[in-house]
Amino acid sequence: MADDIAIKVSNVSKTFILPHEKHTSLKSAFINFYKRKKGYEKQQVLNNVSFEVKKGEFFGIVGRNGSGKSTLLKLISGIYTPDTGSIEINGKLVPFIELGVGFNPELTGRENVFLNGALLGFSRKEMEAMYDEIVEFAELERFMDQKLKNYSSGMQVRLAFSIAIRAKADILVLDEVLAVGDEAFQKKCYEYFAELKRNKKTVILVTHDMTSVQRFCSRAMLIDGGDVIENGNPAHVAQKYSELFIDQNDKGKKLGNGSVVNKNIKAQVEFRKKTGYWLFDIQVKPAKPIKNAVLALIMFKKDGTQVWNWASDYPGKNLPDNLFEKELKLEITLEDIFPADGFYLNLYIKAKDRTKDYAVFENVVEFEKVLPSTAHKYDNGWQPKMKIQLK
Amino acid sequence: MKQYISKQNKALLSELVRTDFKLRYQGSVLGYAWSLLRPLLIFLILYIVFVKFLRLGADVPHFPIYLLLGIVLWNFFSEMTSQSLTSIVGRGDLIRKIRIPRWMIIFSTSISAVINLFLNLLVVGMFLVLNKVELSWSVLWLPLIIIEIYIFALGLSLFLSAAFVKYRDMSYIWEVILQAGFYLTPILYPLTLITNEFFQKLLLMNPMAQAIQDARYSVVTHETITTHTLFEGGWYMFIPLILVVVVLLGGLLYFKNEAKYFAENI
Repeated sequence: MADDIAIKVSNVSKTFILPHEKHTSLKSAFINFYKRKKGYEKQQVLNNVSFEVKKGEFFGIVGRNGSGKSTLLKLISGIYTPDTGSIEINGKLVPFIELGVGFNPELTGRENVFLNGALLGFSRKEMEAMYDEIVEFAELERFMDQKLKNYSSGMQVRLAFSIAIRAKADILVLDEVLAVGDEAFQKKCYEYFAELKRNKKTVILVTHDMTSVQRFCSRAMLIDGGDVIENGNPAHVAQKYSELFIDQNDKGKKLGNGSVVNKNIKAQVEFRKKTGYWLFDIQVKPAKPIKNAVLALIMFKKDGTQVWNWASDYPGKNLPDNLFEKELKLEITLEDIFPADGFYLNLYIKAKDRTKDYAVFENVVEFEKVLPSTAHKYDNGWQPKMKIQLK
Repeated sequence: MKQYISKQNKALLSELVRTDFKLRYQGSVLGYAWSLLRPLLIFLILYIVFVKFLRLGADVPHFPIYLLLGIVLWNFFSEMTSQSLTSIVGRGDLIRKIRIPRWMIIFSTSISAVINLFLNLLVVGMFLVLNKVELSWSVLWLPLIIIEIYIFALGLSLFLSAAFVKYRDMSYIWEVILQAGFYLTPILYPLTLITNEFFQKLLLMNPMAQAIQDARYSVVTHETITTHTLFEGGWYMFIPLILVVVVLLGGLLYFKNEAKYFAENI
């Protein structure tokens, strides 16, 4: 292996054996053997993965949930053993799959610091030398002689992080450690990353967060379904990552008719994406004509917050009054000013004076936005631009 | 070899053992005193039942010490194996999250057991003095006998802990085997109680029986049946030792093979 290579992964494959009913007892092992029953399923998690990380690189590994990135991380860290292929590591590697591994709630903060330090490879003497620094950085001076179980989760994370950043390693492996903690803590994390980058440390970062990939990584790799999809420029990889979702979410998920108040009305909404715009194809079919009715739409974020609403009698669009005389077909084009999130749409047919709901279609379409919006107009209370076309 | 005794590993080992001890008597009023008090009290019960009521071993000099030594050594064996058995699964959090040498977990558990053994031997020592047992030079064999038991227990611990990851039945099976072993080993009764010489020989094939008898011979009284006296120097007096080596090698091999998959199987 060349001197400037820190990690070399060659043709690594990994398969997990997933027992249908985990035979952790001898009896089932015997029975399965006797019946020649295959009590398990094989799941290929990584196929022939190869890549190199150079010394001093800040290398990002990205992928969706279940893409195999965490498995890869554990293979690099030496926690799992690959089925085939080889992994060569040049230097001392310290993995952070999780913060505060080995923390014991029954021990005091002080005792946990020493235990955790030993797990990171520090001797007691070394730990004693930096103990004060660790405590000070974690801002926990008053609590060190209390049991860890009496700490808040934030305090535990602070303590763990404060020890972790002292790890002396040639190669650091980080797994979404960022995902926890409040804003102040995340800021500390980012500062630590920036420091690692300045000091030309070799770092492997596994994450979902494309912002931090583009901010810190000098190179990134995208894996999906156990294959390497892309390996190179972080911006390019982030782009590819977002494209993975487009196939799935561009059309939206049709959820049938939702709950129906009036069985004589049928409604259907289809969702499409265009650059910067969202398109809704709406089709409403009343069995009998409905007079003096309006169409109302309310869009929610997945957590239930309302983000947009509109009704056909709102001023400005000059729609005809007799919308539901016969079948209604219209296309709504909505400017995409929304944050990345999951959304769903409710459709209502209401009396003009709002005294009566003719039909309520909840959750008539569901869709997701993955990439954050370039413009954050939504936060400033902007209304999206909108266009309606009757068909 | 050097990598096994690196500075980091030593620090980690001492920290794991320390934690183990801190947690053992967590929340108890008497704390560490229990590690002496517990064997003392258990011994007291056995002494009353077996020496005063059942009047076993009346013909053996210093039978109470004889009894105590046997119990202490057996307890060490039983504690080390049964605690190791669950140790890999119990430390699953470490195994799945960091790169910790797997054998280190077994090793730290075994060291905790050894420390406990020495505390118990202190109690034995106290009774030796109280009972005015005259020690002979043969007491120097004791460390070697303890090493033998340790190696035997280590081999079994390696095997059991690795097997427990896959088969959770192991803990119940081992519990039963330990119970059977306790009665098959001349601990509560002197070996002279068994009059059939063939059965005596058979019982002494068990490394634990051989070790306990040897320990009694070297520390308490030379009037103890050992493999040496029973087999009169035949080669098969080494069978228990061979068994110990076989168990260690088997355990090591199995553990080494399985250790690669601990993280995914736990």
